[in-house]
Amino acid sequence: MNEVIIIYALTLLLAWPLGRYIAGVYSGETGMGGRVFLPVENGLYSLCGIDPGQPMTWQGYGRALLKFHLMLGLLIFGLLMAQGLLFLNPDGIGGMSWDLSLHTAVSFLTNTNQQHYSGQASLSYLAHTFGIVTLQVVTPAAGMATLFAILRTIFGGRDARTGGSPEARVSVGNFYQDLTRAIVRVMLPLAAVAALLLASQGVPSTYEGAQTVQPLDSNVAMEQQEIPVGPVAPMVAIKQLGTNGGGWYGANSAVPLENPTPLSNLVETVSIVLIPAALVFALGFFTGRRRLAQVVMGVMVVMSVGLASVAIWQENMPNAAFSSLAAEGPNLEGKEVRFGATATALWGSWTTQTSNGSVNGMHDSFNPIGGMVPIMDMFINVIFGGVGVGLIGFLLFLLLAAFLGSLMIGRAPEIAGKPLETREIKLVCIALLLQPLLILGFSAVTLAFPGLTGNSNPGYHGISQVIYEYTSAFANNGSGFEGLNDNSIWWNITCAVNLILGRFIPMLAPLAIAASLASKRTAPEGRGSLSLDTGTFGLMTLAVIVMFTLLSFMPVLILGPIAEAMATIH
Amino acid sequence: MSRKPDTTMQSIKMGEILIQSLSRLSPRSLARNPVMFVVAVGTVVTALLAGAHMTQGVPFGMDLAIAGILLVTVLFANGAESIAEARGKAQAGALRATRENLQARKVTDKGEESIAAGDLRKGDRVRVRPDELIPGDGEIVEGASTINESAVTGESAPVLREAGTDNSGVSAGTKVLSDEIVVEITVDPGNSLLDRMIALVEGAKRQKTPNELALSVLLAAMTLVFLIVVVSLVPTSGFVGIDPSYSVLVALLVCLIPTTIGGLLPAIGIAGMDRAMRANVIAKSGKAVEVAGSVDTLLLDKTGTITLGDRRATAFETTPGVAAEELRDAALLTSLADPTPEGKSVVTLAGDQGSTAKAGEDVRFVEFSATTRMSGIDFPDGRQLRKGATDAIRNFVVEKGGHYPDEADRLAERVAQKGATPLVVAEGGRVLGVIALSDVIKGGIRERFARLREMGVKTVMITGDNPTTAAAIAAEAGVDDFLAEATPEQKLKFIREEQQQEGRLVAMMGDGTNDAPALAQADLGLAMNSGTQAAREASNMVDLDSDPGKLIDVVEIGKQLLITRGSLTTFSLANDVAKYFAILPALFLASTPALGALNILDLSSPMNAVLAATVFNALVIPALIPFALRGVRFKPASAEQLLIRNLLIFGLGGLLLPFPTIKVLDLIITVFI
Repeated sequence: MNEVIIIYALTLLLAWPLGRYIAGVYSGETGMGGRVFLPVENGLYSLCGIDPGQPMTWQGYGRALLKFHLMLGLLIFGLLMAQGLLFLNPDGIGGMSWDLSLHTAVSFLTNTNQQHYSGQASLSYLAHTFGIVTLQVVTPAAGMATLFAILRTIFGGRDARTGGSPEARVSVGNFYQDLTRAIVRVMLPLAAVAALLLASQGVPSTYEGAQTVQPLDSNVAMEQQEIPVGPVAPMVAIKQLGTNGGGWYGANSAVPLENPTPLSNLVETVSIVLIPAALVFALGFFTGRRRLAQVVMGVMVVMSVGLASVAIWQENMPNAAFSSLAAEGPNLEGKEVRFGATATALWGSWTTQTSNGSVNGMHDSFNPIGGMVPIMDMFINVIFGGVGVGLIGFLLFLLLAAFLGSLMIGRAPEIAGKPLETREIKLVCIALLLQPLLILGFSAVTLAFPGLTGNSNPGYHGISQVIYEYTSAFANNGSGFEGLNDNSIWWNITCAVNLILGRFIPMLAPLAIAASLASKRTAPEGRGSLSLDTGTFGLMTLAVIVMFTLLSFMPVLILGPIAEAMATIH
Repeated sequence: MSRKPDTTMQSIKMGEILIQSLSRLSPRSLARNPVMFVVAVGTVVTALLAGAHMTQGVPFGMDLAIAGILLVTVLFANGAESIAEARGKAQAGALRATRENLQARKVTDKGEESIAAGDLRKGDRVRVRPDELIPGDGEIVEGASTINESAVTGESAPVLREAGTDNSGVSAGTKVLSDEIVVEITVDPGNSLLDRMIALVEGAKRQKTPNELALSVLLAAMTLVFLIVVVSLVPTSGFVGIDPSYSVLVALLVCLIPTTIGGLLPAIGIAGMDRAMRANVIAKSGKAVEVAGSVDTLLLDKTGTITLGDRRATAFETTPGVAAEELRDAALLTSLADPTPEGKSVVTLAGDQGSTAKAGEDVRFVEFSATTRMSGIDFPDGRQLRKGATDAIRNFVVEKGGHYPDEADRLAERVAQKGATPLVVAEGGRVLGVIALSDVIKGGIRERFARLREMGVKTVMITGDNPTTAAAIAAEAGVDDFLAEATPEQKLKFIREEQQQEGRLVAMMGDGTNDAPALAQADLGLAMNSGTQAAREASNMVDLDSDPGKLIDVVEIGKQLLITRGSLTTFSLANDVAKYFAILPALFLASTPALGALNILDLSSPMNAVLAATVFNALVIPALIPFALRGVRFKPASAEQLLIRNLLIFGLGGLLLPFPTIKVLDLIITVFI
């Protein structure tokens, strides 16, 4: 239990200065660290022919974001299909099928890293390092860029205007500048530090091909064993920091080569939440609303601790299958015994709260209620959430709470003094509606035709597996409950649809809302207006989040994990 | 403020309400409200299921029962709207009745012709004689008369209306008492204030207000979410071999979608208009009432709103070397020929202080006039006493060869600093002292402003007084700010530049033509009914009582309207948790006994549980109709306190209340089935 408290404290302690730094990076003409990084950035700008000072409307920003992703997506898609013919492929791995390539490209493009394949066996070094890892650096940066575009537009001053019609004249910033700063000043330096720490613990970092070794245990009917290696440490660093989650090896951080020591496990666990938590602090420093940041952090920590406690408590209970045995202990099925139940449950909670999706154990093997925690984390998806997008998602709930809260104090709905009207509410509703529509819709179709699921378990657990897969896709999490034969055209295509819509709509709708809000009057906030930074409003936001999630997903939770838990008890 | 008595439910015939509720079942009418539309579709689906099951010879009682409850749910919602509409119409109809069958004397080139009041057009002129009713809204263009407006305002004291002044507006149905006047009609038939007001309370014609629209979008989205949830439940539960009853699924859907607020939303909007009307305020749009709730700054005229309107003498201040009695007596004598309220108050004050001065024989009174701004008395012995404005007396003293002392200036300045107006008294070339005339602040107004401040509303006093006087009165009345020596241009500038550019919503009240630009610029312009047509046109509300304090009531009505909407939405959604716990176990129990543990309410049977939840869902609507019509209780408080209170009552209350209620309903149903 102490280790959990220490890890929480350590993460928040590190996130605070980092948040201050990130807020500085986005403040002012050159931003914090400009003297060091600006030459690099200017080199990149002139290389790509970009004018970083050019203001963009929200549509322009959105178009730049989508074009950029489309270009990257096509490149990676081609690379995955053609990797067998290309260089840096010492182990001679062949190209992927079109649907698997599509799903994989989309999955990494959306900061999800859902894998319907096994990394070490299906990707060449070229695809890994230049394809996958590039996206693992760039996509969290895109989330961070969009977050700051939204924050500066909603909470910023009135000077950000470019002329033209009301909404079109609101500048939200420059996408390329926001993106470049995130990559150069945040993602790369942090990843470098983490990669060095991991390499020092023994995580491989080499371009040599697979190592051939002789098994120590002569009982295994094996003359020699191929141990795949590669530039693993840098990839693991960025997959943890950038809420990516897609590891080098199929079994992710449960494999000793990705996560060899207790210290590496600590580094990797802290890295999961570090940037998302730092961004909450950055919200306070960037907008000057420190109390709002505290309230948001409070709400997130309450949800995080609450759900993680359930998982930790459950995983320290014996597995129902062993209940009749003499030796009872924590549920160790599907867990690395080096980490044990608590560290695995904590990781499992954090990785789903943050849309990271890396694992150091098997979520499929959690006790039923313990396994419900990751699903609920992903339903909510705004407990820290993905880099940038987590806080953007939280803002949607904040808008909803502000709408109801304003009415309840007798004022026309407003947030930070700006009126919330039909247009904003429509956009909020579109972003929120999409989640039950896609998750429940696709799950329903898949469950209606059991041939499509290809799952290993009938009954309640089967429902959990299917729900988990689509939820993980929509939440851009990427972790799997597994047990599904998911490399099929049906799974690849439907998940790709979930991935794309689940990534970009909840990113762009708030950007549009921000621009719409910025084009309106700003009332001074006073005694009579709704204050966003009180504990009361924090509680209300918490209630809105919990209610929305509960009301949308209670039936499937009952039919999945809860029914399974009750059936195993009886 | 004279609030009209509540038109109680008795005056509305329940039979009519039922007929109206039924007529609102037409698809066109239902389509206006997506939430209730889904319930109506659910009714049809369950009814069809009942029919199908009947022909197949399988039990169909449950389907029929659910269909019946759903139908009642829709009727309850329709009934809520009908009741609100009937109340509003009764209120407006009472005002309009006076106008019907009225003949008007239209002034034409050839003389006069008699036409029906309903045929009067804008621009027509009508002559109205004493004891006749004014046939249409308009403005007096010739003459002046006292008018009994009690038909419109409920106030029996007659009011003076005069052509060419700021008090030239007259309303249809009011009675001319004293003189003959010519009124120019300013509205076309069907377009009068009352006609517009009636349109605002008519459900079918009513336009949704901006906030109502935004809330409707949210409710429609929630409905869609639950539709997805329930539809996806069919294959999902099918995967584990559960074959849910479609009727129960429809019941679940209806219980989850926000029927409570969806059903009451139109009624809440109509009732808001109705409450404004009860306060004798006619809103020209529903939006105006909504805006009132969000007002940040109230511009209030000093006279009539903050002060009683007439100044009274409150003190005598002597210059050095003058006896208090001398000044007192002089003040009394100079005021004998001053018939203004101020003059009378000087006489009263001097009398109260023991003066027995008499004018005596052969004196000559100098009456107060606007040009001399002095009044006084000339004695036969040549003594001349004068009282008047500072500069008028200064001129008089200098003219008489006297010296106007600095002490007198300082005295006047000191009086002015206390918010009073100084009048100087002189005998020939000698200044005796100063009379302080003070505005009398209305009782209780300070507390009212404190309440407004508590709600975060800033009050700004507007006055023609000089800044010193204004500051003193502002401090005494407890307003937050003041605008002294205010001209209409300054008011406009103040609203636009100091308030709206800062993002504040401004409400103001006015009556004169020169107030019209400011009234139009303000986010909420409230014109007095006695005001000019220009002012009434420019504003978005008209106060029939012409009571300057009405703005404060209007703000509270606006807030109450929004709070009612927000609180009932929260309540509606919070209710869902309990309904899940009632229906979901019922849905799955037959095929999955393990889920029996979820039946935390220990309801008697799956069938009863579903019925109890749907009955609860239906009954909540009529139970909350009083809330919708009267508005939730509103106590002025800070935003934070209001939020906590309403979250506890409607959020937590909404979460908990259904559990025991559904349990009780289940017990009742067990008795009958």
